[in-house]
Amino acid sequence: MTDTATLDARIRTVLHDHGRLNQDAQAITPEADLYQAGLTSHASVNVMLALEGQFDIEFPDQMLNRSVFSSVQAIRAALQELGAA
Amino acid sequence: MIGRFEITPTIASAMCPQPDASLAPARATPRVRSGIDIVQVSRIDESLKSFGGRFARRLFTEREQADSDLPSALAPRRYALRFAAKEAALKAFDLAHAGINWRDIEVVQAEGGACALRLHGKAAQRVEPLADISLSLAHDGDYAIAVVLATRAGGPH
Repeated sequence: MTDTATLDARIRTVLHDHGRLNQDAQAITPEADLYQAGLTSHASVNVMLALEGQFDIEFPDQMLNRSVFSSVQAIRAALQELGAA
Repeated sequence: MIGRFEITPTIASAMCPQPDASLAPARATPRVRSGIDIVQVSRIDESLKSFGGRFARRLFTEREQADSDLPSALAPRRYALRFAAKEAALKAFDLAHAGINWRDIEVVQAEGGACALRLHGKAAQRVEPLADISLSLAHDGDYAIAVVLATRAGGPH
């Protein structure tokens, strides 16, 4: 079982590599709005694909919506629902 | 298809010095919906290279891939235009929170080269009956842009 801190760190690394945020992804809080931090729709697709590769999962259609990628904690919840943590 | 648009009673009232009281009040559902999106072609190119075929397969139908892949030099631009079209459609139809598969919003290309939108699956189910959906695509240098305009089907105003 991956603990929350480790999972958040892996999510932040993906955001750093693919999110093109206008602030330091490694320092972003779990609740911070990623769209406010500069996440575009295209970058959110890249983040999704990177997470799928990283955790060997696939986001189902019902999770392909804006809110799932709106914050670190929202992404964490989605990953946990998909059994990635 | 601007020529097919009708002036709504609300707009007509605003244009009349003495509004006709018999005209219907403003409607809750907009008669015309619009969405726009702009994409940087080089970033789509990066996605195609970073994620291999997964980027294309997750977002684009087989027909869209066939229309975009060759010649390879034009592939990033063609994918960028189609991605912008899908995002513009999500905005026009207010589907950003609906959990829509990108492949259910398809850009189809006619023989003459003109492109149109075709909705499938959940996207088609969630969008109210529309009289017309028009799609405009343009690109210049590293940018691709798409505009979607849709008019609601007839019925009570």
